[in-house]
Amino acid sequence: MNKSKTESEKAVDAESQPQEFLSFVLGNEHYALDIMSVKEIRGYEPVTKIAKAPAFIKGVLNLRGDVVPIIDLRIKFDIGEPVYNEFTIVIMLNVLNRIVGIVVDAVSDVVTLQGDEILPPPEFGVAFDSNYLKGLATIDEKMLILVDIEALIGSEELGLITNTDAIAQG
Amino acid sequence: MSVDMNQFHDVFFEESQEHLDEMEKLLLTLNVSEPDAEELNSIFRAAHSIKGGSGIFGFDALTRVTHVMESLLDLARNHKMVLTHSIVDQFLSTVDTLKTILANYKAQVDQDDSLIANTTQSLQHLLADQQELNQKKADEQGFGFFDQPQTSLKQDDSFGFFDEVAPQQHDDGFGFFEPLTGQEHPTELSQPNAEPETKPVKSELKTPNVSTASDASKNAVSAEASSIRVDTNKVDLLVNMVGELVITQSMLSLIGQQITGPMSEKLQTALGELVRNTREIQDAVMSIRMLPISFVFNRFPRLVRDLSTKLGKQIQLEIEGGNTEIDKSLIEKLADPLTHLVRNSIDHGIESPEKRLAAGKPEKGTVILRAQHRGGNIQISIIDDGAGLCRERILAKAAENSIAVPDNSTDKEVWQLIFAPGFSTAEQVTDVSGRGVGMDVVKRNITSLGGHIEIESTAGEGATFHIFLPLTLAILDGMGVSVADSLFVIPLVNIVESIQPEPSQVKTIKGEYLLRVREEYWPLLCLYKEMQLTPRYTQPEHGIVVLIESNSTRFGLFVDALEGQQQAVIKSLEKHYKRVPGVAGASIMGDGGVALILDVESLSKQVKHTLMKDMS
Repeated sequence: MNKSKTESEKAVDAESQPQEFLSFVLGNEHYALDIMSVKEIRGYEPVTKIAKAPAFIKGVLNLRGDVVPIIDLRIKFDIGEPVYNEFTIVIMLNVLNRIVGIVVDAVSDVVTLQGDEILPPPEFGVAFDSNYLKGLATIDEKMLILVDIEALIGSEELGLITNTDAIAQG
Repeated sequence: MSVDMNQFHDVFFEESQEHLDEMEKLLLTLNVSEPDAEELNSIFRAAHSIKGGSGIFGFDALTRVTHVMESLLDLARNHKMVLTHSIVDQFLSTVDTLKTILANYKAQVDQDDSLIANTTQSLQHLLADQQELNQKKADEQGFGFFDQPQTSLKQDDSFGFFDEVAPQQHDDGFGFFEPLTGQEHPTELSQPNAEPETKPVKSELKTPNVSTASDASKNAVSAEASSIRVDTNKVDLLVNMVGELVITQSMLSLIGQQITGPMSEKLQTALGELVRNTREIQDAVMSIRMLPISFVFNRFPRLVRDLSTKLGKQIQLEIEGGNTEIDKSLIEKLADPLTHLVRNSIDHGIESPEKRLAAGKPEKGTVILRAQHRGGNIQISIIDDGAGLCRERILAKAAENSIAVPDNSTDKEVWQLIFAPGFSTAEQVTDVSGRGVGMDVVKRNITSLGGHIEIESTAGEGATFHIFLPLTLAILDGMGVSVADSLFVIPLVNIVESIQPEPSQVKTIKGEYLLRVREEYWPLLCLYKEMQLTPRYTQPEHGIVVLIESNSTRFGLFVDALEGQQQAVIKSLEKHYKRVPGVAGASIMGDGGVALILDVESLSKQVKHTLMKDMS
């Protein structure tokens, strides 16, 4: 986990290297994550519920033979309404050697950002803890919040990965 | 080039390992007083093959040790050396050394020179002794004159007792040309012999000191099994792909049922074929992974031999059902727990010969290793006729470790205490066992393989450990049950029967359901409560109750409906998520959905809890 974090920090530091991000919508806010961690994007499908799991863990899904958990960030961070319709999107992520799906309201665009376009994250005022943020960027006068998706998925708060796993992965 | 060499190295390591295992096995079964000539030949050939190969690859340490060993074996197979137990012991320890050397070469770490030197030296001593002995014998028997005219001996095969002093030879028959110095230079490496195998020697010429040169001339063709080496990863890949195929096939069957019209009958026939074929492919692929359990059992004769010598006990090991086949991945993980249990039986179980005689038992203790199929399980039993477990001592120890034990607990419950961490009742800690690390690890290992362990013991008559394991870790026969629209799979091995209860059968105690089935009251567990679902029915008499037997208890599981028997390909939930209480894994159903496989053992803990609460 540490390793991946330093890698992502390095990516921010590397000012000359342009980076691609996938931007998505949660409620009224615009977020973006590193496109290299995206496996695929698909529509929301019913999942198999898991007992005694927090509400934001919707359940598990069969992704071509792999049983992957689906989490709804809207519930976890209390942004927008957790509705599920034909426009609801699941972004399948490939992080920390795992596949995890996150439910979002919409996927908007792929944006390329230069290192100097990324501003440091604010300490507050965003639904996410600043530990999970890489920074802010402005695209077409909209504020884009860059999420450190590895830190988020690996976080204790989400509880997707037990501590021993995280150490083993580190 | 170097890549190519590595490839050959791997083959050499693998083959040498097999040769060493073979040598060990043969040495252990060797009848010391009347050694079978064919067996001695096989041991010799194995040593010789290792020597040849190691020479080619320049593994000098291996060459050195096998060289001396080969010389000794050559004497033995030509009846010029009388085997004793101590010599066989020496050979066995040499095999150990060779294994260490081989492992070091494999891991590309430095060799332990002193170990090699020691082994070589003791073998040389043995060799020198034998030579002296033979020389003396020869002199006594008046065959001294052979000393001179070696060349007059017939070519080949006809070596007298002189060639043993020329151990550098690779090809029998050249011995006579070596100077008879009576000394040998083990470090002086002769060109390694690249020939694949020397022909077994036929000693037509009767050696004077042994009257029966007998069956050395027997044709030494060892029936070679026709097999190929395949990387286990390839097999695993195949198993996974067949798993996917099974899922696709059940999807097709499901779609096939919805098709009507003239084509449907043809389709059904074809689908029927497909079902049968996939079943057969699945069985065939699974059988590739199956190995006879003797792969693990074969190490125990050695262990028992060593331990019994060390502990001064007389022990006979009996192995039954060595041909029972079990998944390869299970075999690898079984070795450690089994070793531990066998050691325990020998160290704690079997008493010393004096104690045994005093107790009116035969001096020689017996340990039986038995494997057998039982239902969908493999049952491995370690049976000893020793003292058995001591209830008082275990209870005392439990008190000492402040482990709470309910009063009037049954023997079965008391025996389970020995699996607690840090628990050892051995009166004395030996270097064999007794440190209390182990039994908990044994239990954990077995549980992680999806198995469980049971103990039977009668004081003074012995103890038996039964290990129950699933046949394979990949596929499970299960019964599909549903609550609302969620599907669950219960392992078929745990199911006793399924019933639709009559209202009169359902009783309640403090709000908990009990089900009366044929004079017995089964505690009921509601799956919808455990899985936090909203069920179709909340009254047991409306739904279905599946009677389940777990290791520790029996209970009924109340579900909405049965969905039919299925073969579930087990998928790990932990790979992408984490462990879920009450759930052993997930499986993908014919429609592509995910069903959770219930973990009967952890569910049964819920039952115990509620029952105990009721009784208090």
